[in-house]
Amino acid sequence: MSLQQKISLRKALIDGFWSGLLALVIFGPISGLVLQGYEVRNELIRPLLMALLVGGGRFLVSCFAQSEKGKRYVDGLAGKRGAGVTVASLKKGKYQYLVIPVLILAGLCLPFVLGKYWLTVVILALIYVLLGLGLNIVVGLAGMLDLGYVAFYAVGAYTLAMGAQYFHLGFWTLLPIAGIGAALFGALLGFPVLRMHGDYLAIVTLGFGEIIRLVLNNLLDITGGPNGASAPPPTLFGLEFTRRAKQGGIPFHEYFHISYSPTYKYIFIYLVLFTIVCLMILFVTRLKQMPMGRAWEALREDEIACRSLGINHVTVKLSAFMMGAMVGGTAGMFFATYQGFINPSSFTFFESALILAIVVLGGLGSTVGVIIAALVLTILPEVLRDFAEYRVLMFGIAMVLMMVWKPRGLIRIKRRAFNAKGVTS
Amino acid sequence: MTTETETPLLAVRNLSMRFGGILALNNINFDIKQGSISAMIGPNGAGKTTVFNCITGFYQATSGSIYYQDGDSTINLVQVLGEKLHFKYVLNPRQLASRLYYKMFGGSHLVAQAGVARTFQNIRLFREMTAIENLLVAQHMQIVRNPISGVFKTPAFRRSEQAAIDRAHTWLEVVGLEDDANRLAGELPYGHQRRLEIARAMSTGPKMICLDEPAAGLNPKETEELSNLIRLLRDQHHVTVLLIEHDMGMVMDVSESIVVLDHGEVIAEGTPHEIENNTAVLAAYLGEDYSTTVAAPDGTGAEGNPQETNNS
Repeated sequence: MSLQQKISLRKALIDGFWSGLLALVIFGPISGLVLQGYEVRNELIRPLLMALLVGGGRFLVSCFAQSEKGKRYVDGLAGKRGAGVTVASLKKGKYQYLVIPVLILAGLCLPFVLGKYWLTVVILALIYVLLGLGLNIVVGLAGMLDLGYVAFYAVGAYTLAMGAQYFHLGFWTLLPIAGIGAALFGALLGFPVLRMHGDYLAIVTLGFGEIIRLVLNNLLDITGGPNGASAPPPTLFGLEFTRRAKQGGIPFHEYFHISYSPTYKYIFIYLVLFTIVCLMILFVTRLKQMPMGRAWEALREDEIACRSLGINHVTVKLSAFMMGAMVGGTAGMFFATYQGFINPSSFTFFESALILAIVVLGGLGSTVGVIIAALVLTILPEVLRDFAEYRVLMFGIAMVLMMVWKPRGLIRIKRRAFNAKGVTS
Repeated sequence: MTTETETPLLAVRNLSMRFGGILALNNINFDIKQGSISAMIGPNGAGKTTVFNCITGFYQATSGSIYYQDGDSTINLVQVLGEKLHFKYVLNPRQLASRLYYKMFGGSHLVAQAGVARTFQNIRLFREMTAIENLLVAQHMQIVRNPISGVFKTPAFRRSEQAAIDRAHTWLEVVGLEDDANRLAGELPYGHQRRLEIARAMSTGPKMICLDEPAAGLNPKETEELSNLIRLLRDQHHVTVLLIEHDMGMVMDVSESIVVLDHGEVIAEGTPHEIENNTAVLAAYLGEDYSTTVAAPDGTGAEGNPQETNNS
């Protein structure tokens, strides 16, 4: 009875009416007037039905949202229960220690279950996980809006391609070089922009991202310009995954006397990438508990207070930039080896925006959130391939809804709790 | 306290600060004794916070020096911020090198590292970090912060972290916030935030702490507790305290020497008792009429002369 009283039918009716009217206005011209040859056929009954459906639906949603259960649900969605950040409880969940090994095991088994197509999709998703983790250091932890993150991705990718082309170095030699090279580029960008904040920093980094792309595009003699460059696939102790050995080793399938399959290469890339991603997650988690990570977060919260505590904001910002760039460079390297061929058109601003979207949707600073967002944002478009034309639209709608309901990202950040005095962890 | 000799911990000399056409500070001179509790008072807009920002390195003074006694050596806090480079220094490579160095790597963090901690008028905590994390950040310069040892959690790193956590707990106990250790700083009640900010400043291990209006927004009981805390910091933790405060009751109660500023100039300097009876101070607070009609018969105007008090 009491439940019934709280629901205002009038409000629900008004909500439904306005939604229906809006639907009528939108669908009226689109589906009500059908162009046939040179004539416009009037089928206004269709938008009317649609509007009724929308209005009715809105009425029901409105009724539900006013009920006790609905209220709780809406509040939960909107994240109204407390701010975006909570403190973890000291007690660990019962199965908490089981979750991570199970996930790792599942991840290791995955490539043997999936087909080649889905394997490539998952590899790409993992590359974006890596990129998200890297940008999360810069944007989520250190609070510096970086719109040119793709530059480091490009540096990593081109390090592999150029290193193989000019110095005949292999994948494994170039792996650390790509990371360090990208970190150096991060320092190069970091120095001039350290005194900038927020919007200004965003614009400068945006410019930097474009400069790198344009340089790669126009250095025809070295990078091949728009024609791109080829990147070598990884080897397993000298065993190659191509049909015929190109790097002077023995092909994998010949060594093991099995028939050739292009999937092997992807399985291997996946396993290496998966290991790197796991290590990187561990690394980022540790970073957050280290003085360096704490200083990054403190810098995000209040730079002036940081300086008053003797923390050199220049080195702290620089370390965040370099660390982020290093992760981005590693991701770029995997992108190059997975594609086998790169050209500057892969490193446009859209990529930067997508990576930023991953970080923001995942929840700035939340590692788990960023991983989930990266997987969703790369795998969802593949699942939605049937709706090819509406893909970007759905993507946009999903983002708008996220920003309305969960402005702080998918996963709420949980801060580490410390034991009481005298209790060692 | 064997070092409590003639050399003051902080000696401000001819400090001037100009914001465009406004002369915010005009030739300021005063000393802060080691191990003292000093207060800086003055009407609104007198330049108190500007002096504070110059001392703690947030403003680059236009001219003048702030000498800070760091052990046996003296540091000029204006210099470490990075002074302007002029062509004349080309002839003096040593000066040029030092100026270049401070221009590139100097800044307010060096002032803090030298041992001058501060709090802010409008609280500046790391709001989305827990109270204890705030104190851990403050210990950044004292703990093992080598990233490699942190990633591999070497024994040295663990020991240093545990020591930092213990120190943070100790400071939380000192300010009475041990129950709030794992709460977000931004969610704490206002009075607790004030105390946490003091604890955070103290965690840097300073020799001098500058409190910018620590009693603002506190009720009388909390103000009383704050006075006790300030005394405790000085007596047990041996820091020199400099505070800006508008609550005269508290200033007179807690401080041993007072510097009065008005219109960017030091108009009086002395013990609370001297300041209470100073005509220039009364004039600054209560208007010129007061000094001529009421306070003049006292004839204590001599203390109002900044030159005399500072050159002594």
